[in-house]
Amino acid sequence: MSDFLTVSVLLATLASGIRLATPFLLAALGETIGQRSGVLNLGVEGVMLLGAYGAYYATLRTDSVLLGIVVGLVVGGVMGIVYGVVTLALKAEQGISGIGIFIFGLGLSDLLFQKQVGTPTPIDGLGDVAIPLLGDLPWVGEVLFHQNVLVYAAFLLVPAMWFVIHRTPFGLDVRAVGETPEAADSLGVSVERTRYITIFVGNAFAGLAGAALALELGIFQQNLTNGHGFIAIALVYFGAWRPAGVMAGSLVFGLVSATVLQWKTLGIVVGTTASIVGMFPAVLTILVLVLVSRRTGQPSALTRPFERGH
Amino acid sequence: MLAVLGANPLTGYAALLDGAFGGAKNLANSSLKAMPLLLVGVGITIAFRAGVINIGGEGQIIAGAILSTLFVLGFPDVPRFVLLPLTFLVGALGGAIWGGMAGVLKSYARVNEILSTIMLNIIAVQILNLLLRGPLMDPGEIEKGSRIPHTERLSGNADLPILPGGTRLHLGVLVAVLMAVACYFLLFRTTQGLRLRAVGHNPFASRYAGMSVKRNVVLAFMYSGAMCGMAGVTLVFGSEGHRLATDGGATTFTGAAGFNGIVAALFGGLHPLWTIPASFLFGALLVGANAMQRAVQVPAALILALNGLVVVFVVGSMYARARLARTASESREQGEGGDSRSSGPSGDPEIRNPP
Repeated sequence: MSDFLTVSVLLATLASGIRLATPFLLAALGETIGQRSGVLNLGVEGVMLLGAYGAYYATLRTDSVLLGIVVGLVVGGVMGIVYGVVTLALKAEQGISGIGIFIFGLGLSDLLFQKQVGTPTPIDGLGDVAIPLLGDLPWVGEVLFHQNVLVYAAFLLVPAMWFVIHRTPFGLDVRAVGETPEAADSLGVSVERTRYITIFVGNAFAGLAGAALALELGIFQQNLTNGHGFIAIALVYFGAWRPAGVMAGSLVFGLVSATVLQWKTLGIVVGTTASIVGMFPAVLTILVLVLVSRRTGQPSALTRPFERGH
Repeated sequence: MLAVLGANPLTGYAALLDGAFGGAKNLANSSLKAMPLLLVGVGITIAFRAGVINIGGEGQIIAGAILSTLFVLGFPDVPRFVLLPLTFLVGALGGAIWGGMAGVLKSYARVNEILSTIMLNIIAVQILNLLLRGPLMDPGEIEKGSRIPHTERLSGNADLPILPGGTRLHLGVLVAVLMAVACYFLLFRTTQGLRLRAVGHNPFASRYAGMSVKRNVVLAFMYSGAMCGMAGVTLVFGSEGHRLATDGGATTFTGAAGFNGIVAALFGGLHPLWTIPASFLFGALLVGANAMQRAVQVPAALILALNGLVVVFVVGSMYARARLARTASESREQGEGGDSRSSGPSGDPEIRNPP
């Protein structure tokens, strides 16, 4: 344990915590805007897996991390269109169709991986980019400003997402559609169009989150995400549907994951205790959900399909 | 889909069909694969009917398997005709406890059951790994130093007896079918079943009629978990090694039955009896997929992917079917009646009548 409590190890853990928070944050931000418009997307995990595989495969074949990121985004976007058609045009029940997307992603990513790659081959993941000047700051620089591009992007998206939701006409539409779609509809806001956009954006973010996970780990395997997508959904509740709150939750989970990893590396937890520590994120998620259950502010039209004339 | 993967679709599907239905041996294998799907599917059906979504089949299977394994390890010498029923009971109890936790969280802490059951799945897998790498590991493995994470061969008194006919079919298949029939009676022929369905259909009206929605949600999860727990029992005591094992991965010994069971349940129109042929179909699909994998080298994960599509397709077509039915009844009643669709709280599936 004393190995863990040294400045350099703690700083490294903090830095890796921020890095590991990125997939949670990206997925949860996407889920936030979706839920604000009244759509509960439970397929995040499946979309993340597909995005992760897409990014991994593209990078493996072309050695281009950038292409990997783009593929992750595109895969997510395509899944967004699918989910949009299923829930909006076909008005499928959101909960189960999301689970369908999850099972589909779980199976397809594994299938493609076995067929196209077979043995796990590591790829060169994302390199760190030091921000000039800020990166030279003692301690702070090491933790905050020696990160990869996706980390910077994800955290910059937090204020951007807040701005879009709370300070733009489109954001007003999103919130109106999520609270009272009937009223929004009567004022000429297209409920379907608004939700198509939020679903598309949300799934593209999920795909990007998967790409971030695969490119940070530099590997793909069956069920790589192991609950990341579902935890991201829980984080939206935790963050009370606000980007800043979602960011705080993601950081908590990132730091927990980083600490667990660091303990494993240092040999503080070995063998069977590793399993106990492996439960932490899941137990924490349930505790978090219990704690925030009294929270109000859930979009009132969440999970409710909209139909004119009712 | 097969063609995209660069395999000859005809050879592939021929292998799939032959592997699934060709001969008594393959039919028996399909039934064995269908067995856990049926038990899980029936469990999922109960939960869905009560208006909650149980994605925790995996965790509840594992909980049932662990508790029944512990029980048999503790009482290996009890005669078979006493031990077997007790093992099933204990397994059901394990699943019911694990499922009940999600129910309690849903009812008394307003935790979304989809998220809680997924998290309980992850926790169950870790507990399984913990036990099999630690206290429950086969002493023989520790002696040899190979440390394969599985238990010792469990007491022969708890083996599920092979059914006559010269195939690998065992008692578990019969138990699964019996439980499906029992759950049909529970849901449609008892007061408790009526309460469960009423709560799922319209929680507000049920509360007004004096039913405790919270209690019934917990009960639904416990029944649901009990079925999954029994699936765990059949998977352990009907396995070829007669022991509890793990590969350390996400699906362990369950073969994703906890997820595939959901598909079987939806495909069976959320009706316990229709779930019997539906699970057989998906069991056959899984067995056939393995044969196909050997014939044209397409990974069996294809079936999981296809199952996901089936779920999306089934729920996608529900609205269209409901709308057709509504238009038909409205034209009969001259537009009288209005909106019959439930507008319950979030997450209430709008699934009612089986096809």
